[in-house]
Amino acid sequence: MHLAYPAVLAALLFCTGLYGVLARRNAILVLMSVELMLNAVNLNLVAFDVWLSRAARDTLHSGQALTLFTIAIAAAEIGIGLAIVLAVYRNRGTSDIDKLRDTAEGHGPDDPDAPAAEKAEATA
Amino acid sequence: MTFAAATAASMAARAATTVAAGQHGFLSPTGVEIAFLLVGLLTFGAAVVTVTTKQLVHAALWLVVALGGLAVEYLLLTAEFIAWVQVLIYVGSVVVLLLFGLMLTKAPIGRSPDADSGNRWAALTVAVASAGALVWVVVDAFRTTWVDLGGAPAGSTEVTGASLFQNWVLPFEALSVLLLAALVGAIVLSRKAKADTAAGGTKATAPRVPGSRDGEQDKEGVR
Repeated sequence: MHLAYPAVLAALLFCTGLYGVLARRNAILVLMSVELMLNAVNLNLVAFDVWLSRAARDTLHSGQALTLFTIAIAAAEIGIGLAIVLAVYRNRGTSDIDKLRDTAEGHGPDDPDAPAAEKAEATA
Repeated sequence: MTFAAATAASMAARAATTVAAGQHGFLSPTGVEIAFLLVGLLTFGAAVVTVTTKQLVHAALWLVVALGGLAVEYLLLTAEFIAWVQVLIYVGSVVVLLLFGLMLTKAPIGRSPDADSGNRWAALTVAVASAGALVWVVVDAFRTTWVDLGGAPAGSTEVTGASLFQNWVLPFEALSVLLLAALVGAIVLSRKAKADTAAGGTKATAPRVPGSRDGEQDKEGVR
């Protein structure tokens, strides 16, 4: 198999995930897009490991070991990320990342929630 | 001198790889390549639908198709163990976690018109530009590289286990500590604040700002 096939597929999947991270508004959909990007990297790691284990007689199998580590770290990341999203949803009533602007600089008066939340945080 | 030698060596290596891959043209693909291409098209299409659909639950279900297609790609690349780990962890647990998250945040069933934010055209520009650059570079770099898929599988469970527990034991153990930390962190983050005051109120108020979280909770509840 040409190495170009998995490499091109991984590049396309990565850019799909990039579009999702930039364009989505729901925080859980952003997490899904992050998973797509991580999977693209995994595909690259596996393909290059198979290539190197044959072409360079590599017996360390670093690509597959790193793929397993990436999968485990992605599982940890999705757990922590969903816990954060649920905590934000419980506090703010939304998981829309366009509305979570408390730490943004110079948010306008169009968002009536933001000053109250700021005051609550300042007085608490 | 050394530069000339390095250049000659690289030229020789390139000639060798070209000769090695010269007998495999892109216009006469092997069966594995055709299968890889078809499953890759399915995977890419499912990924595109995942990031563009307006129905949030459908996005999670298309993500299952994309991740399952990637597992088939791993099988075609003879990495069996990774493929089954992918099925177990991604399709089995991560997507279920995402669906739970969608339901717990009361995601609307059906079409939600505000699934995409206003900067989707800028995002599309960035994604298409990076895709073009990446595909160009990758194709230019690995056009002549040939992966030999014959012989014993490169990623069978025996091979992967041996290399993992011979060469990668220390990172593996560190990773188990990280998973434990992530588990504890997820529990702490998702615990209700009421339980926080009841259980940790006596011993945990001293180091933190007194009542910061609880006061905020009360105000949020009033609001």
